[in-house]
Amino acid sequence: MGDRGGGCCPPMDLFRSEAMQLVQLIIPMESAHLTVSYLGDLGLIQFKDLNSDKSPFQRTYAAQIKRCGEMARKLRFFKEQMLKAGFSPSAKSLGETNIGFDDLEVKLGELEAELVEMNANGDKLQRGYNELLEYKLVLQKAGEFFTSAQRSATAQQREMESQQMGDQTLETPLLHEQETTTDLSKQVKLGFITGLVPREKSMAFERILFRATRGNVFLKQVPAEEPITDPVSGEKMEKNVFVVFYSGERAKNKILKICEAFGANRYPFAEDLGKQALMITEVSGRISELKTTIDAGLLQRDNLLRTIGDQFEQWNLKVKTEKSIYHTLNMLSLDVTKKCLVAEGWSPVFATKQIQEALQRAAFDSNSQVGAIFQVLHTRESPPTYFRTNKFTSAFQEIVDAYGVAKYQEANPGVYTIVTFPFLFAVMFGDWGHGICLLLATLYFIVREKKLSSQKLGDITEMTFGGRYVIMMMSLFSIYTGLVYNEFFSVPFELFGRSAYACRDLSCRDATTVGLIKVRDTYPFGVDPAWHGSRSELPFLNSLKMKMSILLGVAQMNLGIILSYFNAIFFRNSLNVWFQFIPQMIFLNSLFGYLSFLIIVKWCTGSQADLYHILIYMFLSPTDELGENQLFPGQKITQQVLLLLALVSVPWMLLPKPFLLKRQHENRHQGQSYAPLESTDETLLSVANNDSHGHDHEEFEFSEVFVHQLIHTIEFVLGAVSNTASYLRLWALSLAHSELSVVFYEKVLLLAWGYNNIIILIVGIIVFIFATVGVLLIMETLSAFLHALRLHWVEFQNKFYEGDGYKFYPFSFALLDDEDD
Amino acid sequence: MYGFEAMTFNIHGGYLEAIVRGHRAGLLTAADYNNLCQCETLDDMKMHLSATEYGPYLQNEPSPLHTTTIVEKCTLKLVDEYKHMLCQATEPLSTFLEYITYGHMIDNVVLIVTGTLHERDVQELLEKCHPLGMFDSIATLAVAQNMRELYRLVLVDTPLAPYFSECITSEDLDDMNIEIMRNTLYKAYLEDFYKFCQKLGGATAEIMSDLLAFEADRRAVNITINSIGTELTRDDRRKLYSNFGLLYPYGHEELAVCEDIDQVRGAMEKYPPYQSIFSKLSYGESQMLDKAFYEEEVKRLCLAFEQQFHYGVFFAYMRLREQEIRNLMWISECVAQNQKSRVHDSVVFIF
Repeated sequence: MGDRGGGCCPPMDLFRSEAMQLVQLIIPMESAHLTVSYLGDLGLIQFKDLNSDKSPFQRTYAAQIKRCGEMARKLRFFKEQMLKAGFSPSAKSLGETNIGFDDLEVKLGELEAELVEMNANGDKLQRGYNELLEYKLVLQKAGEFFTSAQRSATAQQREMESQQMGDQTLETPLLHEQETTTDLSKQVKLGFITGLVPREKSMAFERILFRATRGNVFLKQVPAEEPITDPVSGEKMEKNVFVVFYSGERAKNKILKICEAFGANRYPFAEDLGKQALMITEVSGRISELKTTIDAGLLQRDNLLRTIGDQFEQWNLKVKTEKSIYHTLNMLSLDVTKKCLVAEGWSPVFATKQIQEALQRAAFDSNSQVGAIFQVLHTRESPPTYFRTNKFTSAFQEIVDAYGVAKYQEANPGVYTIVTFPFLFAVMFGDWGHGICLLLATLYFIVREKKLSSQKLGDITEMTFGGRYVIMMMSLFSIYTGLVYNEFFSVPFELFGRSAYACRDLSCRDATTVGLIKVRDTYPFGVDPAWHGSRSELPFLNSLKMKMSILLGVAQMNLGIILSYFNAIFFRNSLNVWFQFIPQMIFLNSLFGYLSFLIIVKWCTGSQADLYHILIYMFLSPTDELGENQLFPGQKITQQVLLLLALVSVPWMLLPKPFLLKRQHENRHQGQSYAPLESTDETLLSVANNDSHGHDHEEFEFSEVFVHQLIHTIEFVLGAVSNTASYLRLWALSLAHSELSVVFYEKVLLLAWGYNNIIILIVGIIVFIFATVGVLLIMETLSAFLHALRLHWVEFQNKFYEGDGYKFYPFSFALLDDEDD
Repeated sequence: MYGFEAMTFNIHGGYLEAIVRGHRAGLLTAADYNNLCQCETLDDMKMHLSATEYGPYLQNEPSPLHTTTIVEKCTLKLVDEYKHMLCQATEPLSTFLEYITYGHMIDNVVLIVTGTLHERDVQELLEKCHPLGMFDSIATLAVAQNMRELYRLVLVDTPLAPYFSECITSEDLDDMNIEIMRNTLYKAYLEDFYKFCQKLGGATAEIMSDLLAFEADRRAVNITINSIGTELTRDDRRKLYSNFGLLYPYGHEELAVCEDIDQVRGAMEKYPPYQSIFSKLSYGESQMLDKAFYEEEVKRLCLAFEQQFHYGVFFAYMRLREQEIRNLMWISECVAQNQKSRVHDSVVFIF
């Protein structure tokens, strides 16, 4: 499709997307892996999936992909273990040891087995350790309980005995004594179970015990002070030490089952005090023993993990690249002889040489008998869009791509966006103080670019960082427009000489309200500071900014239409030039171009004419006399001609194109539809089919084309008015910005200053800073950004931009990292 | 206020409805099933599933995979989704969501009780329980010897307690009793759920009553078929049917006296919605009945998504996901045992 630049302008890299070609590679089986790997290093070819009808596990290299998945799982396991052990994989791997894929698989398998075994051993030890800890706790708590119980029991008994001794009179019934002795004999049969139960379950545990034994148990619980690691789950939890007394075998079974159900760990406990002390010392001894073993095991494991950590990143990268290579290989189709793989893909034309070199190198390095064959295929398929951007232009290209990826080799609005976007932003954000703040913020990002780009940032920071060059341009332009508006945090400065205006006499005190006279030459650059705070400030600035917005808008829309001309020339579409570009230019410029002309004339001549009036009555009564609104001689006849032109251009846009398209279509198929009449019906059909496939044209539906053109025309005609009005947002936002900053400056800072109180002043300054940063620098930046975006997407790009292409995603190892995490 | 729920539904239910519809979009499609059925090994299945919503749950499983792992992980996903929804839900949706799990609770209770009756290890039984039907003291069920104890010890604390009122007897537990208990509980549960949905009113009541009626009728048919040739008397059988649904009450009269599968068929064919199910089966066949019922159920569940602003979608989604897990289990069993010809016997396509 046409040569670069269309022959009308010098080649501009960004203006047209790279010329692409569909290439076919025939790669011998033995060098396929190496070839794809070299191509991945190069990263300039986008492979087409030639096996899309096959499910993933039916493809040639499914087994290898499965192996890669398995290795990736092992690596994830290592990573998890390392995170648990508390050290991160070192970012830089030591030494580039080139380890083969198969060796790596074996090595990973070994390491995993080793680590799993170590973990299992460690877990077993840890479990024993935790059990012992629990046991010790039970011994302590239950021991306390038993001694205290015994003490109180003996005390009670003594009391009772003393009572008995005291009360042993003749009246004492003989039975009483017998009763106590029988009680004692019964007590012997009482069994007990000690253990630990998780605290949150303890209430339910008690309830169930009570219900199951109908209240025939005695449960004593003591909370353990510190959370204990549960031996089974290995989690820290709060637990209660319990002792249950029961009588009878059935109750015991029930209690045991309940204990099991509640995950309560039971531990044997001796009633004898001496034995208890012995157990405690024994348990403590074993605990310290186990502790040293566990520590040694942990040390060993840490060492292993550290050696893994040193090479982790390298392995990870290796596995990722291998996986992507096999994925790519799976997209290639197998030759009939099963000795070659056939690849198809898009690559930029300029990369031809590099790709061929890579192929040769691969063939050489893999000692392959035959080299890979590289050939260019011809196709009618639309190639992907590829712009070679750098870190400066990529953000601007992103702004355009967010609306729609350019059609292949279509004029790219991204080129103009680099200037117009920050400029339109700055028109709305004109304040050189705020501009400097923004510039400083973005310079921070730019200076620390290297460091920040390698680390993970938050959502919003990431976005700001990505657009740092856009913001830099925006801030530079807003410093410029700020100088034009003469605003520094809403305060004007006499930077470029002194104000042209002064009081009529020396006695006038309030220069802003009393009439001024011009005493010097016009202020050389931007708005004269004397306007600030005067009564006529707003009317003056409004009129200025409004007119400026219209000028900018008309200029940008004209640029858009001119770009549609470049597109038409480039794609050799003369219809679009004559029946779209020319009437559109005429329509827009005879109305709003004329308005812009009037504005400039008015500025130059200082006339008092009412432009609204002129424009409105140009439609309503074009024959009326202009009177005082006359700006130049012959204005009336000019207006009549322009109006006529505008009216003529509407049917010009609407009618000829669909009819011409229809004729073109008929011409193209004339020969084919008449010629086969001589032959039989069958050939007619087959030829018709061939034809429709060969040219792959769509059915030409006249009504559809006409309706489409009608919509397009209406959209343009109405759009010309509404889009011009839409550019007035430049004025509105600029006004809002300057008014807000005046409010913050006067009603916060100056007000606080007026109190002559240091505290109020400090509070005032703090409020001022927060308001400036929060509202003006952040909110206003966002809103101005959005409005500039809209002006580009809607008002500018709808004049020429189709945006129905698709992006070029090359197979490249460099892009692998961004994919996963 | 029928017809006005659309006005206020989204205040509390909108977010979760969106969530559940999003989940529903993640159900496996016929194309997925086709691919799964072509798998040679379980690893192939894993590879395919890793491209679906099950991916994150399966990716960290080491390679020799087992059917149980697949099913376990897939269930885990459902449970996670359910828990998330339950967390976000407000009344009455949270109660509604809890109702959905009661069925699993009943099954779990029955599973544990039967298991202990046959002297199985409690931990092993617990692993087999459906995670949605777990409650705190479930392991304690093993202690109980008869229904009364079962109720008094454990179930009194659970939401199932009210359903037990009909089946408290002091008889010792045996297989027959347990099966009757399961059905009695289910009957009470379905009736309670039905009442609850009626109370909610609006589209929820309309759709849920249809779904629950189908469930009740299916259970009635299953009870009838399973009790043919057992010592269950007609009156006892009659008592196990839920008191609502399309078959209630006249169909129940007929079912209660059925003595073979063809009589059941005769009784059911009088009801147009079930005619189509039975017309698919040849006479005397009851094997394929389950699948036919599942297919019909899936069709109805999918229809629940056609209407907006009701809670039926949550029920439908949970059921569909369970069906999907059953499908996956069947497919992976077939793949693991090299019985690929039988894959289509039991898989119910959802879309």
